[in-house]
Amino acid sequence: MHRHFDRDIAELTELLLKFGAIVEDSISHSIQALLERDTELAEQVIQRDDEIDRMELDIDAATLQLIAKMQPAAVDLRFVATIMKVTPDLERIGDLAVDVCERVLELNREPQLKRLIAIPRMAKISQEMVRQALDAFVRRDAQLAREVIARDDEVDALTEESFRELLTYMMEDPKNIARAIRLTFVGKYFERIADSATNICEMVVYLVEGKVIKHADITEA
Amino acid sequence: MTTLDFERRVETNRPVTSMQQQAADVRTKISVRDFDFYYGENQVLHGISLEIPEKQVTALIGPSGCGKSTFLRSINRMNDTIPGTRVGGVISIDGLDVNTPGLDVVALRRRVGMVFQKSNPFPKSVFENVAYGLRIGGLRDRGLMEEIVEKSLRRAALWDEVKDRLNASALALSGGQQQRLCIARALAVDPDILLMDEPASALDPIATQKIEELIWELKDNYTIVIVTHNMQQAARVSDRTAFFMLGKLVEYDDTNTIFMNPAQKMTEDYITGRFG
Amino acid sequence: MSGDSWVPSVLPAYRRRPLLDRLWVALLGLSVVLILLALFLILGNIAINGAGQLSWEFISQPPREGLTAGGIYPAIVGTAMLVMIMTVVAVPFGVATAVYLHEYTPAEGPRLAWVRFRASAGRKGRAKLLLRFVSTLLAVATRSAVANLAGVPSIVFGLFGLGFFIQFVGGGMDRALHGGEIVWGQGNLIWAALTLALLTLPTVIVATEEALRTVAWEQREASLALGATRWETIRRIVLPAAMPGILTGGILGISRGAGEVAPILFTGAAYYLPYLPERLTDQFMHLGYHVLILSTQSPDVEATKPILFGTVFVLLALTFLLNLTGVLIRARTRSKMREGR
Repeated sequence: MHRHFDRDIAELTELLLKFGAIVEDSISHSIQALLERDTELAEQVIQRDDEIDRMELDIDAATLQLIAKMQPAAVDLRFVATIMKVTPDLERIGDLAVDVCERVLELNREPQLKRLIAIPRMAKISQEMVRQALDAFVRRDAQLAREVIARDDEVDALTEESFRELLTYMMEDPKNIARAIRLTFVGKYFERIADSATNICEMVVYLVEGKVIKHADITEA
Repeated sequence: MTTLDFERRVETNRPVTSMQQQAADVRTKISVRDFDFYYGENQVLHGISLEIPEKQVTALIGPSGCGKSTFLRSINRMNDTIPGTRVGGVISIDGLDVNTPGLDVVALRRRVGMVFQKSNPFPKSVFENVAYGLRIGGLRDRGLMEEIVEKSLRRAALWDEVKDRLNASALALSGGQQQRLCIARALAVDPDILLMDEPASALDPIATQKIEELIWELKDNYTIVIVTHNMQQAARVSDRTAFFMLGKLVEYDDTNTIFMNPAQKMTEDYITGRFG
Repeated sequence: MSGDSWVPSVLPAYRRRPLLDRLWVALLGLSVVLILLALFLILGNIAINGAGQLSWEFISQPPREGLTAGGIYPAIVGTAMLVMIMTVVAVPFGVATAVYLHEYTPAEGPRLAWVRFRASAGRKGRAKLLLRFVSTLLAVATRSAVANLAGVPSIVFGLFGLGFFIQFVGGGMDRALHGGEIVWGQGNLIWAALTLALLTLPTVIVATEEALRTVAWEQREASLALGATRWETIRRIVLPAAMPGILTGGILGISRGAGEVAPILFTGAAYYLPYLPERLTDQFMHLGYHVLILSTQSPDVEATKPILFGTVFVLLALTFLLNLTGVLIRARTRSKMREGR
């Protein structure tokens, strides 16, 4: 049966996707700024964070209104719960992109330490994970969500690898320490972006199947 | 800007969601100022003041006996049928006081339709029920009558279910259908305002939902005031909500505000069920 | 304790009750049987003795030889005409009165109306409340008049018809229109019919009010809310819905009136007329009256006995026919309403 609330649900979905699009832009620009040592681009990303914060507030308000008006049940309820949990994750991803850019600004004051190999790979994977997480949400694809969650291990492995490599640089020469530490942070940020993407996917599985798979050691996957 | 996956991109210049859109310029359809109501010596409404906007749904909520039904019935002066009642203050529709001495109450009631809690179709055919208001209004043209009956039944989302049995008794319809028939009957005389006194309280959930969707559609063309004891219904269906208690208006605001963050503690206690 | 029934043995009555129940049912059944028996005996007696009399001649021929032979045709005609005129007078007046009492009279009693009037001192609309009070008094007066009328013995109606209709109204009309010549100032169809109408009025009024009461208030509300006046509501919604009850009341009243003899004793019935009544000023023969005459004034009791039974049979048959018609009309009206007309 037709419900006028279906329109509100569709609008909320669009709002979230718009939000996701902006966050994805931030990620891609921050990667680009890192690789091309582009100070200006990095500053743009930092500026754009205000827009991201504003959108998070908008979505919060819209979601609460929907709950108050609609008293959603079953899949509608899970949908609203998903929106409420995915939004802060996306906002955090945006913040992490900003953090990357802040480190880029600092790094660009010194010459490049080394050719980056592990970190760009991590970055690309994290970026893909975020994109696929949002895809899974739109298409209600629990299978895709699970695949993304599995990739988190890749990112963790690359983080370890990059850290070891940077350690050797630090032990080589004290003058490298500052840049190496900043690069370690950058790696950490991308790892946490991947973690947030994983959280989003866990919510997608909850939305589609009603199953809670987070904290897999306690719950059953 | 790096072009990423555009399949699910949305227009970035869409305005904020309709839920959040503030009503910019809304006309007031019914203006109430310091309205009092007495049953004999007993005062049941005290100084009610509010502005009911045009082409929106305004819900009146409150515990039993708080006066919301009495207030609703004062708008089309249905309380005149009860002996010993007295009013004070003003209720005006489009600027005209409904209690003006000498006002043609019959004409008023044609402009302000009413749907009751328990559906009360006449023991006549479906067609005759809807056409009743037209007949007493003096309409003789059968063709025009049929046209208006069909339009009203369509507007009430009942046409498809009864178009093959317009001459069957209205009493043979289900409860939800009967209530929609009563709505069609009220719509037939083309009112500006529709007053609904707990229209779905006697219906099952599916029928209730149909009525609620109908109200949502109707508000494009009619100003609707609905009394309901079901708060969730008020939240689902209305744009503005007025909370009555013991004959006084406690709070009147946008429905979103009332149900998310009301200004009065009494309102919040009622809505959260901490009341009483 | 184990193994024993937990029902204490202090309840012997529990075992005896079924017998008592059966006794009561038997007593009730007995009264039903007695009533049916009585009915059977009376009707049976009449049917056995009267049915033999029935013939075409009996129904279509006037009586001969001093009422000891012939038929009862004029009595049938007289009764029919009387009942028709009575109905035409009683039913509209009765229904109208009931409608006024139920729909236009204030709901509160005179005491409350008076209290409200006193309480409205110095406020506008006082005159209206006074009017309401007077209206309630009128209603109380009307209702008690109706109730009392229902209890008046039928012979008193007859006397009233004689004194008021015949002597006062009829006599007055004669003095005014015919210069003293007796035209209206004697027993005739119209005065008898009016007298009977008065008799049946209470029945019609009460039954109509009952019928109006069964129409739910919500129906009237719905009509008013659509912009109908009170009269339009009554005409289009209330009366049609109350019709079965009104018809029942009408038939009941007519049945009763058709059988009454005392009111027409002095107001127009004749024991023998060589002509059929044609004008309102004519006298008439009447089945019930014929029975009275045959059983008390007959010159030859043996000869008139069969005619007597025949007349009673016809009278009862007519009454049954009337009631049956009423039931059928009522049933048809009810089913039409259910289908929605």
